[in-house]
Amino acid sequence: MTDRPEAAGRPLPRGSARRLAAGRGRYADDLRFPGLLHLAFVRSPHAHARIVKIDPAPALAAVPAAKVFTGADIAAVCTPWQGKMDHLPTLVSPPQHAVAVDRAVWQGEPVAAVAAASRALAEDAAAAVAVEWEPLPAAAVRDRTLDADAAPAHPELGGNLAYAAAIRAGDPEAALAGSAHVVEACFSFARHTGVPLEPRTVIADYDPGEGRLTVHGSHQAPWHQQDTLSRHLGIPEHLVRVVTPDIGGGFGIKLHIYGEEIAVSAVSRILGRPVKYTADRLESFISDIQARDQRVEARMGVDADGAIRGLSVDALSSFGAFASYGRAPVNEGMMTISMAGGPYANGHYEGRLRIAFQNKPPSGMYRAVGQPIACAVTEQLLDRAAHAAGIDPVEMRRRNYWAEDAFPLRTPGGIAMDRLSLRQCLDRLVAMMGYDALRAEQAALRRSGVYRGIGVATFLEMTAIGAERYGPAGARISTQDGATVRLEPSGRVRCVTSVIEIGQGTLSALAQIVADRLGVAPEDVGVVGGDTALAPYGGGAWASRGLTIGGEAAWRAAEGLRANILELAGSILQADPAGLDLAGGAVCDRATGETRITLAEIGRIGHFRQDTLPPGVQPELAVTRHYAPDDVPFALANGVQGSSLEVDAETGGVRLLGHWVVEDCGRIVNPLLVEEQIRGGVVQGIGGALFEECRYDEHGQLLNGSLADYLVPMAAELPDIHVGHVETPLRGTALGAKGAGEAGTVGAPAAVLLAVNDALRPLGAQVSSLPITPEAVLNAIAAAA
Amino acid sequence: MEEAAEIALTVNGETVSARVEARRHLVDFLRLDLGLTGSRLGCEHGVCGACTVRVDGAIVRGCLMLAVQADGADVWTIEGLSDAGEIAGLQDAFVARNALQCGYCTPGMLLTAAEMLKAGRRMTRPEIREFLSGNFCRCTGYHAIVDAIEAVMAERFRD
Repeated sequence: MTDRPEAAGRPLPRGSARRLAAGRGRYADDLRFPGLLHLAFVRSPHAHARIVKIDPAPALAAVPAAKVFTGADIAAVCTPWQGKMDHLPTLVSPPQHAVAVDRAVWQGEPVAAVAAASRALAEDAAAAVAVEWEPLPAAAVRDRTLDADAAPAHPELGGNLAYAAAIRAGDPEAALAGSAHVVEACFSFARHTGVPLEPRTVIADYDPGEGRLTVHGSHQAPWHQQDTLSRHLGIPEHLVRVVTPDIGGGFGIKLHIYGEEIAVSAVSRILGRPVKYTADRLESFISDIQARDQRVEARMGVDADGAIRGLSVDALSSFGAFASYGRAPVNEGMMTISMAGGPYANGHYEGRLRIAFQNKPPSGMYRAVGQPIACAVTEQLLDRAAHAAGIDPVEMRRRNYWAEDAFPLRTPGGIAMDRLSLRQCLDRLVAMMGYDALRAEQAALRRSGVYRGIGVATFLEMTAIGAERYGPAGARISTQDGATVRLEPSGRVRCVTSVIEIGQGTLSALAQIVADRLGVAPEDVGVVGGDTALAPYGGGAWASRGLTIGGEAAWRAAEGLRANILELAGSILQADPAGLDLAGGAVCDRATGETRITLAEIGRIGHFRQDTLPPGVQPELAVTRHYAPDDVPFALANGVQGSSLEVDAETGGVRLLGHWVVEDCGRIVNPLLVEEQIRGGVVQGIGGALFEECRYDEHGQLLNGSLADYLVPMAAELPDIHVGHVETPLRGTALGAKGAGEAGTVGAPAAVLLAVNDALRPLGAQVSSLPITPEAVLNAIAAAA
Repeated sequence: MEEAAEIALTVNGETVSARVEARRHLVDFLRLDLGLTGSRLGCEHGVCGACTVRVDGAIVRGCLMLAVQADGADVWTIEGLSDAGEIAGLQDAFVARNALQCGYCTPGMLLTAAEMLKAGRRMTRPEIREFLSGNFCRCTGYHAIVDAIEAVMAERFRD
């Protein structure tokens, strides 16, 4: 069983790709429901304001059949929630209603919901609802939210500090004081968001006859949705069903609990009719969770020979108006201080974190959560230290990686590392990108006034997080996934999984895994997921877990079915199952490979002709297995990224010339899928590095809330992205796969930041705020002149 | 807002007559009135390209054109072009290279790619990227999409 499987490992096209390429995807907004009403929301125009009065009369005058629901109307059937974590009792976050009651705490928070026969009519009516406001001062400038005179985001809390934490190992002060070179910088990472192309969409259908709620939605964690709907709407959980059709991208945006989405179910419950809400893009920018938004002051000390002596990281992070509900809201900041310095041998470390409220949309888990910040801070300081010590940046990394014999270890930040492949990845990357030739070209071009830069950044990627992290928090989120694998009468195989497909191709990869275990072709395995009533309970799609956890569950379920098939075949053939094997869609003799009976025949007898079996033989042709990470708390992937770019010193513009990634996500089931995960992740990282920012004014008004104003990376700005692999199988699982979904996003901002600063170094300029806008580059050059 | 107009047009080769609200966007007409859901709504303000359809031989944003403006027009969507086989080569190349993940942008990408092929020549990768720069894909990073289009051009326009 430890042999390399046949289908797994091959770059097979995805089963669903042809359907999607024909425009036959069925996303939530495409579904049709008889008697459907559409919901639109009245939103707060202020970042912070008291709701004095809501008058629905003008809305009813404009659209007489409309129905208007205030926050209090919704609260009558739906209890508020609170973003707490049981093991962090000092974390505070006030109760959050699906629709605001009395006070709105960010620009865009829903304050009333309006139902009508079409989306257009609902929007007409919502626009006519008259709301009287009493604006309040807003906490809207991150770096001032903890000042004594800062306006409170929530006056009842008595301050904006939501949570504080510290990590300490060794004696960082003494280590830094004794260093030959100390480098420091104050970094800023802008607030940005995920921008999945399909906006959030949900349709709720409450049947008063059976008391049953069925929700179709574009959601990454339908189990979490089911739990929340059940508990906050008071509907028994076995009567709540959440179905996910095709999902148009998620990236973490769609794994959160949103007031609008819960309100849809509340209104359906009140009206006893199906109700739908689909966000438009402008609403997405003021209601989707936002991420990053940190200031980090950091210092690193190194010896004369470049060895790291100590590291200190002080982060100020932001929740927006609420800690996100039911997950791990502190993680953007905690990942920063726990992952900083991770790849490098160091015994002296200090990490401090403060998280503050602001009157802005709630922050949440966007692809790579905090890790891009930890990576950029660490890698930039290391580059500066290399420069101070006169050591080439690549050599600097090689000198500082944890020694090969140091694993397993726990870093000063508290990260358990089993075995990494840092040096292999670096060597491979240096060869792939032609590092020496790029350096030579850079030097030659500098003489003619061209500023090229090269950045090489090591990244760690925490994937497939287990219950050790969410369990103690009391988060009602399963870190386990499950799969049922079933032999159909035709000898074909069906797999029902709790994994949610959001474009990664996980379901196709599961088919490859199951096919190998059962000796059939991947196209003979049908995989479905996305229905909480039918699939085994699980987690969904987040934290790059699909293959590592869901794949392992599918492997184990297929192994269980394999044993059952062989046992049944033994009964039919009067043979010892131990002498039988599965291959080519049949049961064969293990020793000779000779076919004994086809799977179709097993299926026919097992499902239709039990009468021909010996007494007491019960065919069991469906097997369910679950898997939760147990041997390790999470699967830590690693790799190195390289960026080559050119900075125009006249315009401040950055032109990307090439990007390279060597990553180790353990055993690769389908390289085609992994490489696309990596590339897509890199591009989102580049977005954060160069383009993306939710720009707010000091009153908490979003200044760029359209896709024309919020810049996302488009094809023309991007370079080719070359991907290489190293495979270090994950210990403790049969499959050995680690996650790959976040690697690109973790390392790309660092690689680009380092490359820009490498280009600027001869001008004496450096930047340390992301996104790196042309204006910031020009300001840095001007400041240095 | 209740103003409506009668329109008659050809959609995917079939004649369609309908009474539509004056404010109905072409893409809403296609999706909601004709059930042609392959054209998607991504931004509804003309930036993302997910609603790209072909009108009278040229690609347009279905969210920036009103249905009444399509009166008398010849409209093609992903469904029609797929059934007609016109973009089969592009679809094969997209599938082979996994040049799509969630698939939401893909119909718009394919219509734009088909428009590119009309130039009748191989384009460089930067030219392909430039032509694609009105179509937002959040999943793939574009690299595989460029690969797929480049491969179709190489096959179709041998020098």
